Amino acid sequence: MASLKTLLTKPWIWSFVGALLVWLATIAFTGGYGAGGMVTAALSLAVFTVIVGVGQMFVITLGPGNVDLSLPANIGLASAVAMKVMGGSDAMIVIGLLAALACGAAIGAINYLLIWALRIPPIIATLSASFIIQSVDISYGRGLQIKPPPGFADFTNWQVLGIPVLAILTVLFTIGAAIALQRMIYGRSVLAIGQNIRAAWLAGVHVGRIRFFTYTLSGALGGIDGALLAGYFRGANVDIGNEYLLASIAVVVIGGTSVAGGKANVPGVWGAALFLVLLLTMLNTFGVSAGVRLLLTGLIIVGVITVAGGEKAVR
Amino acid sequence: MTATPIDNGFKGSAARNAAARARLLRGLLPALSLALVLAAIAWLNPRAISYFGFSLMLNLAIPIALATIAQMFVIAGNELDLSIGTFVGFVGCVTATWLKDAPLIGVLILLGSIGVYALLGALIHLRNLPSIVVTLGTSFVWQGLAILVLPKPGGKAPDWLLAIMAFKPPFIPFPIIAALLIAATVHFGLMRTSYGVILRGSGGNPAALRRAGWSLLKTKIVLFSLAGVFGVLSGMALIGITTSADANIGNGYTLLAIAGVILGGGEFVGGRVSPIGAVIGALTLALAASPLLTFMHIPPDWQVAANGAILIIVLAARVLISRRER
Repeated sequence: MASLKTLLTKPWIWSFVGALLVWLATIAFTGGYGAGGMVTAALSLAVFTVIVGVGQMFVITLGPGNVDLSLPANIGLASAVAMKVMGGSDAMIVIGLLAALACGAAIGAINYLLIWALRIPPIIATLSASFIIQSVDISYGRGLQIKPPPGFADFTNWQVLGIPVLAILTVLFTIGAAIALQRMIYGRSVLAIGQNIRAAWLAGVHVGRIRFFTYTLSGALGGIDGALLAGYFRGANVDIGNEYLLASIAVVVIGGTSVAGGKANVPGVWGAALFLVLLLTMLNTFGVSAGVRLLLTGLIIVGVITVAGGEKAVR
Repeated sequence: MTATPIDNGFKGSAARNAAARARLLRGLLPALSLALVLAAIAWLNPRAISYFGFSLMLNLAIPIALATIAQMFVIAGNELDLSIGTFVGFVGCVTATWLKDAPLIGVLILLGSIGVYALLGALIHLRNLPSIVVTLGTSFVWQGLAILVLPKPGGKAPDWLLAIMAFKPPFIPFPIIAALLIAATVHFGLMRTSYGVILRGSGGNPAALRRAGWSLLKTKIVLFSLAGVFGVLSGMALIGITTSADANIGNGYTLLAIAGVILGGGEFVGGRVSPIGAVIGALTLALAASPLLTFMHIPPDWQVAANGAILIIVLAARVLISRRER
């Protein structure tokens, strides 16, 4: 009982409870039909949100005003780069993934360069960068009809006993991210900067270097995500990353990470991502129209943040 | 006064003059960038600088300027509205359907949506919520509502609205008159009235304002309501120009509006905004995004990039000037 109580005080538990409730509501509606398939589908889709969500989480944890708005454009461009480099050949898969990773990391580095050189808020820096990336993508990816190599497409859809392999790998990655956050100097520095950037600087934290690395990391994760998305959905697309702006910020906030910075939570990202994906599945199962689906998604996000938020910003 | 302070005062005044010059330059930056874009257009295509040319080039600048002003009110209170674009789209859909077919219901819906903005301001203040996340959520709400109101592109603007937007005054093109009117009205309201000072103060130093007995809840509600009002005006103006609507018609406005405010000299925090600058910023973006690129024979793919590049160039110029200000 005591362990249950300590479990309930964890901020991330609620996102999992929400995901479970949505799942139960859906299978109650279908009469138990497709319960397992729904979990498989939810896991494979949640992976893409989790990957960018973790990057966004590190950025948001840096403190108020830190957010990466260039992720959707970044994902779009990286998906095109990956498909073009792979060129439909299995031999080029690794090189294509590395190219997408490098493309994303470069975008992240440029983001921080703008923040640092122009001394502008990250929102505006990543926003102006995303304008430019979007155009590069439209111009570069025009009429791009390259399918992913069959091996890569199979890999992104590969399942073992109904569990997507990509989801297993992402769980391992998030465990790594959690260790980096809580047990490594890098993660502790990110938290320290988010709590009080001046105190962190006085304590000898390499503020500039850590922030640079965090934006680069977020960009690199966006790049990898773009490549994987292109594999999963069988092709690159300018709009492939559009939904990940809201999704990446929403999973961070719903997952119990403080928007004011300095407090992060990795498991919550998984819970929130599953919650969002299952929510969409539920609304689709109920057969609501696109308008109602958007409306309810928006209302639920506002509702969750209203209930979850409300703590005073640490200044 | 002894000699030393006078000496210091002299040195101080020289420094102050330099600082004042830098501040003036900084204040003129939005106007300078607009002039630069205009000069480039005049050089590339002299015929564009005419009554007809301006009416055509600046046509879409009116709704952009109104959306920018809406965003400016939110930014003045240290918040950010990521839903203004879809809100403009929603207003557009209502304008092209209800406002034409059943004007009374249409007006009630639009007033209600301004009420929602006011509630949003209250919610953000009372629960101390991050406005980015809340408005990201409401952007989905507006988009969903827009699709429900108008599932397929279509509808028709009310005749009176078409008549207003097609108005052709003598000598000065309508968009320029409209821009001047918007800038002057908002400038007077926000910069020259005592409550305008309070509103900006709520972004500049909320703690001091609260201790002085002003309600921060009220200022936030007022700022968000004003954003709603100008969002409604923007959507209506847009439909008056395009004559029919589409649920996605305003989506690009969110980022354009933020860019316009920043181009116009606004800052994200501290209640430092400029209505005149915001309108100029919106005009610059409207001109640079499409007419300038067309005249330079740059494909429309790069329209968005032009906005980003202008933003970065102006911000870089601002950093250079600010460095001199110190």
